[in-house]
Amino acid sequence: MYDVAIIGAGVIGTFIARELSRYKLKMVIIEKDNDVSNGTTKANSAIIHAGYDAKVGTNKGKFNVVGNTMFDQVCEALDVPFKRIGSLVIAFDEEEMKTIHSLYENGLKLGVPNMEVIDSTKVKEMEPTLNAAIVGALYAPTAGIISPYELAISLAENAIDNGAELLLNNKVDCIDKVYKGYKIHTNENVIDSRFVINCAGVYADDIYAMVDTPDFKIIPRRGQYYVLDKSAGEIVNKVIFQCPTKLGKGVLVSPTVHENVIIGPNAENLKDKEAIETTEDGLGFVKESAQKIYEDIPFNKNITTFAGLRAEPSTGDFIIEESKKAKGFINVAGIKSPGLSSSPAIADYVVEIVKDINGGLEEKKDFNPKIRKKIRFADLSDQEKTEIIKKDSRYGRIICRCETISEGEIVDAINRNAGATTVDGVKKRVRPGTGRCQGGFCGPRVMEILARELGRDMKDIVKDHKDSYILTGYTKEETEFEKVKDLVAPAIDK
Amino acid sequence: MLNYDIVVVGGGPAGLAAAIEAKKNGADHIVVIDREYELGGILQQCIHNGFGLHIFKEELTGPEYAERFIDELKEMNIEYKLDTMVLHINKDKQLSVINTVDGFLKIQAKAIILAMGCRERTRGAIAIPGSRPVGVMTAGTAQRFINMEGYMVGKKVVILGSGDIGLIMARRLTLEGAKVMAVAELMPFSSGLTRNIVQCLEDYNIPLLLSHTVIDIKGKERVESVVISKVDENRKPIPGTEIEYECDTLLLSVGLIPENELSKSAGIKLAQVTGGPIVNESMETTVEGIFACGNVVHVHDLVDWVTEESKKAGKNAARFIKKEIKPSKEIVKTIPGEGISYIVPHIIRSVNLEETVDLFMRVKNVYKNAKLVVKADEEIIKEIKKNYMAPGEMEQLKIPSSLFKEKQISEISVVVIKDGE
Repeated sequence: MYDVAIIGAGVIGTFIARELSRYKLKMVIIEKDNDVSNGTTKANSAIIHAGYDAKVGTNKGKFNVVGNTMFDQVCEALDVPFKRIGSLVIAFDEEEMKTIHSLYENGLKLGVPNMEVIDSTKVKEMEPTLNAAIVGALYAPTAGIISPYELAISLAENAIDNGAELLLNNKVDCIDKVYKGYKIHTNENVIDSRFVINCAGVYADDIYAMVDTPDFKIIPRRGQYYVLDKSAGEIVNKVIFQCPTKLGKGVLVSPTVHENVIIGPNAENLKDKEAIETTEDGLGFVKESAQKIYEDIPFNKNITTFAGLRAEPSTGDFIIEESKKAKGFINVAGIKSPGLSSSPAIADYVVEIVKDINGGLEEKKDFNPKIRKKIRFADLSDQEKTEIIKKDSRYGRIICRCETISEGEIVDAINRNAGATTVDGVKKRVRPGTGRCQGGFCGPRVMEILARELGRDMKDIVKDHKDSYILTGYTKEETEFEKVKDLVAPAIDK
Repeated sequence: MLNYDIVVVGGGPAGLAAAIEAKKNGADHIVVIDREYELGGILQQCIHNGFGLHIFKEELTGPEYAERFIDELKEMNIEYKLDTMVLHINKDKQLSVINTVDGFLKIQAKAIILAMGCRERTRGAIAIPGSRPVGVMTAGTAQRFINMEGYMVGKKVVILGSGDIGLIMARRLTLEGAKVMAVAELMPFSSGLTRNIVQCLEDYNIPLLLSHTVIDIKGKERVESVVISKVDENRKPIPGTEIEYECDTLLLSVGLIPENELSKSAGIKLAQVTGGPIVNESMETTVEGIFACGNVVHVHDLVDWVTEESKKAGKNAARFIKKEIKPSKEIVKTIPGEGISYIVPHIIRSVNLEETVDLFMRVKNVYKNAKLVVKADEEIIKEIKKNYMAPGEMEQLKIPSSLFKEKQISEISVVVIKDGE
């Protein structure tokens, strides 16, 4: 019997797991996919919002501003790339300037620090490339950029370091209420747990429906993005938003923590919770809309496009509460934007809920908030490079030439807790394949390393999901000669 | 800090030829650096034949062609470092280099020859919409899996783009038992060599769909189908012409891009059209003493021309060390005129010319019965009749250096004149 079962290994599930791993609890994270952070967490704008735009009195308003302040510490402890670069919401006319002012006022009420309404001269100073027609902007210096999937992966690693368990490829089929807890049936296992925390993203309503009639629905709202090569990385310095409309925050242009440029998203309400394909119309809209911010965005430097699904709740706000009927079942649902920004505060709040239900929690004395330091070879000084290669020669072999990633880093990413087992898993953790060649050169070598470290054949290495095989077989299927070649080969050598 | 006369970055056909030629011309202390485990570069995965027709007058496979140079390099005792990566080059010709044996090294070179080759354009670079299932791969990566590692990448294959690697892979996949459904090409002509279209597609009844492109990729885990549509003269898909091809793999052969991250780190200026360094008659870049050759400068159609160009770079790097290359303010620019997309070299300093200067170029379109007209400033100095020219095949012109001695010239331009114009 587990004390806590968390369903979903996105940034919310892993953050809660990490915070709960401070306490003496037997805990398991159940994930349907083949890796952590494989849903919304890996496909979003990667922004830590300052938090001025949620309505006062909502969960979004409450958690965003507090969550924002917590990233420096957690990213330091977990060695996750995070930069507080600030954001601008730009306005093109007086009408939009009114919105800017009301955002500012709203931000003040929510407690967003150090905001400024700035004029076009100041905008030009901060962002010389932007459209000259901009009349002013809301500047929020506390906004930041992050690698959300690296955050979730490191949270999972840290939770496991501190005793949590992770079950991948376990899709929850049904949940039975049993005496003092729940029996969770997955396609692979049956898991008993006293408490269940539902962090299932776009599937949170479906999971909740297994124990009670949900009073909310999750609508998958798709957003599509472009990612530009590093050589385009200098076009903007801050996160640039357009004036929000009823449809949301609109298309943004922002640097990423890895010095690329991200552009998107659009917003399309869908029915299919797996519809993460991009479309010509969607990408076309993003492109056109972004060109309002800066006309000469070098879209010819595009290295990839992707789409992600926001978990849009029918209630319009985050749902973070124990179910009224299903005791011990906690919904953490509808965590759309600013969900990532709110995640540290949400995790803390969920800990309070669990404490409440459990009548307090006992802290572990040996809880370690830090993970083993990651080595980022490209960022080391010449001296440090010399030393690390002396210590472990695998750091002297560059596998990914676009991003300068060494074999040592890839091996480390595979051998950590919540480590990589797939090509995309390696890519999310240490980035070979995220550069301009998109894995053309390093893909085969990453597969070789995975096969070697995991003790598998190359053709059993998948790209991402369990069945996403890359190779379809050997070129020459086994012949009579192949079968006896080990016997024959020594004879031929002689 | 290690010291070398010449550091050659890249041990493919360009680097090998350049190093050998530099040694033949008196440079002594040379090292070739390559990131792979063996010399030869991409030639090692090009197991088809057709290499060396011009240089050796015989048809070799890629590895055989490479072997001739590797043997010569070893016979000449030219040093090489494999499994070694150049991280950075600066304009003072210092290189930061790492490998698992020597660790982190700093090398000071008197001259550097850049021969890093090129990489393939990817799906991202052409932004095909759709889902992102497994089974979308560049043709070169597939070639490596099949020819080097011995694994198949798919059973039913559609190829987008008719670059040479795509054409070669259409044949290879067929020979390995896969079914190649079609090759779709956005342009109204192929970017590959005519001989490859005949020998790799026509001989195997693989349809080449000109003016077609992939507009959608379908499939959850693995590619299940792709939708191909005809395009109009502005390369926009024509509604109503969509055909869905059931397949498990989409190979991309949509162009090659010179690999110039190191060149940028050294502050070398790149040309817009080729994506490679701007070079002069000696294959020297805009940074004195740093030379470049092969596909890092511009993508070649035949390795034979890579070899020729690289010999020139190697020889001139050796001459540079002996201070035989003269800096000169008197430069002649080469200007691609109507119908020509680029010319290499970009700059000619006549004081450094030997008997002729070779101009390499590509035309923008398919031309039948046209001529290449070379002008020195406004005066026509040469006309060459061509029965057939296509963007997939490089054109080469020799200009006698005597021309520059006779009079002051500021630019050489080349234009295509169609028959009857």
